[in-house]
Amino acid sequence: MSERRRSERRLAWMLCAPAVIAMLIVTGYPIGYAVWLSLQDYDLRFPDDREFVGLSNYADVLTSSIWWGDVWNTTIITVASVSIELVLGMAIALIMHRAIFGRGAVRASVLIPYGIVTVVAAFGWRYAFDPASGFVQNLPLISDTAAPLTERGGSLAVIVLTEVWKTTPFMALLLLAGLALVPDELHEAAKVDGAGPVQRFFRITLPLMKPAILVALLFRTLDAFRVFDTVYIQTAGANGTETVSILGYQVLINRVNLGVGSAVSVLIFLAVILIATFFVRGLGASTARQRGEAA
Amino acid sequence: MRREGRSRWWIAAVLVALGIAGCGSDSEGGGGARTLNWYVFNEPGGAYEQAVKTCNESARGRYRINYVRLPTDANQQRELIVRRLAAKDSDIDIIGMDVIWTAEFAEAGWIKPWTGARQRAARAGRLAGPLKTVEYDGRTWAAPFTTNTQLLWFNKDKVPTPPAGITWDELIDRAAKAGTGIEVQGNQYEGLTVWVNALIAGAGGEIVGEQGQDRVGPTAETAARIVHKLATSRAAPPGLATNKEDEARLGFESGRSSYQINYTFIYASAAELPGGFQKKIGWARYPRTVADRPSRPPIGGINLGVGAYSKNPDLAFDAAQCLARPENQLVASEKGGLPPTTEAVYDDPKLQKAFPFADLLRESIEAGAPRPVTPAYSDISLAIQRTFHPPDEIDPDEVVSKLRERIEKAGEGKIF
Repeated sequence: MSERRRSERRLAWMLCAPAVIAMLIVTGYPIGYAVWLSLQDYDLRFPDDREFVGLSNYADVLTSSIWWGDVWNTTIITVASVSIELVLGMAIALIMHRAIFGRGAVRASVLIPYGIVTVVAAFGWRYAFDPASGFVQNLPLISDTAAPLTERGGSLAVIVLTEVWKTTPFMALLLLAGLALVPDELHEAAKVDGAGPVQRFFRITLPLMKPAILVALLFRTLDAFRVFDTVYIQTAGANGTETVSILGYQVLINRVNLGVGSAVSVLIFLAVILIATFFVRGLGASTARQRGEAA
Repeated sequence: MRREGRSRWWIAAVLVALGIAGCGSDSEGGGGARTLNWYVFNEPGGAYEQAVKTCNESARGRYRINYVRLPTDANQQRELIVRRLAAKDSDIDIIGMDVIWTAEFAEAGWIKPWTGARQRAARAGRLAGPLKTVEYDGRTWAAPFTTNTQLLWFNKDKVPTPPAGITWDELIDRAAKAGTGIEVQGNQYEGLTVWVNALIAGAGGEIVGEQGQDRVGPTAETAARIVHKLATSRAAPPGLATNKEDEARLGFESGRSSYQINYTFIYASAAELPGGFQKKIGWARYPRTVADRPSRPPIGGINLGVGAYSKNPDLAFDAAQCLARPENQLVASEKGGLPPTTEAVYDDPKLQKAFPFADLLRESIEAGAPRPVTPAYSDISLAIQRTFHPPDEIDPDEVVSKLRERIEKAGEGKIF
């Protein structure tokens, strides 16, 4: 039995090998190269001054107030957009789940924003809020000279709005999949016991959906933390809206400082791993508990 | 079994086809005219297309220039070219370089210097302002092709007295009193650097020296006071902090503002507006920073450089020289609204027709202040943008120390 198991395991590894090798080539090598670059003083404009400097690029980034300011901006955008998306996404998922008429039409129309290229959506909202060409200032209750993209609060709000508008459908879709897993019998049993719809939502639907919610939050938080296109198009980091990805872009692509720029990229990568670990831990715990309950 | 055989045939056929295609592209470069790639921004008026055609015809089969179109955004052009040059791309023969790239490209060894007869040809008859933008480290690195400068445009219907020789202070007071706006470029991008540099130069100051050494002084504070005064006055158009050249043009055309600081393209584009709007546009020299010094208008434009990794550098020099010839400059003015760098072209009646303000243009370019010529230019520009944005929140008392700190960090390759 154990002999057979071992050979099965070997076969499994062999079947995986091509995928593992491909992954190593397309992701492992660039990541390793970025780490190697981040340990050097390397500016493309002065290639002769290239030298190994150990961790000093990291020290430079981590002691700069710009980096921490950008981490803070990114956190604000991430937390604000993901939490709004969760609430809205849940509402939309419930509607899609319960829709009796035109279920396909509802789902398709909800998904449209997600099908639009981020850069296009970002431009659309930027022009909408532009005082020269936008329609927003012509709406009632809004000042005719409103120019939200010229100050910090307004800019952050427009960026979060764009992100929410664009990715709520994605959240809703993931939550809908989770919703489909909640058995109707449980709801009926609870109804017999006299539980109201609100109670049933919080006591039955939410706990059973926890793995789906965590997966949705994981995906969206990772995406939101790396936000680039929306910010780049709408403010390019002006008015205190610079995110860590914009900083990395500026140092790496504009200033062609490969050393410090790679250090910024590696730090973003580490932050992403940290977020992922946090969610995966929570996910593992909740699925394990569920499995335990089922047994 | 049989199916397998057929699929093998297919693979063989595809391989043969690829081989033929490969040979095809090889032989294209081998015989006849050498292809020279000219990387330059996409000029929508067709001026560059015509210049390429003229030069290809006069080359009589020695070379054929291939016009490779880059994005119109100068930053994107630079990023694209820098990435290729850093990878020693031999595909780049001629580069349409923004005036601010010279020092960076020269220091990195990405372009070839113009020497001897070529240098003399590249400099002959050129205006002083554009010439300064091709010099670095005592050598000439490109041929000035087109140039550009900003004028103070005003709406003649609403502005009774032309604002000639006016200072920024007077202009802001005048506009605020009349309840109209002044359109400028206040977004956090290169246009803000252009503005700040012109203000500092207008007060007799400088930002950095050729080696990137800090020359920031009280003139930066003077500049900051003007930017802050406009941004917080009634003459500030809404969206000042996000305006680029085109938003400024729209603000002027819509009547929101009776004044605007902008490049010459706004005159040509006004020709298509209804109501004879173009005839209402008046022009004056760039405003003064201080009353007792003439203004130093900004200088922009395109210089032609030869890529260091080009396989045909001699032909590339010839082709660049041809593209930069006065007749092609004239075409660029007529079709693209881009002012010439050769002084004699300004006397051509065709140019006077395209630019009724040609004399003011020549005077402004002659007196213009180039932006800092230093290899770390993009860092310096970023430092200026970060220090002067948002315009309404600048603290003029702190500007000098902040700008100094950022320039110092930029020089050390640090984050600022």
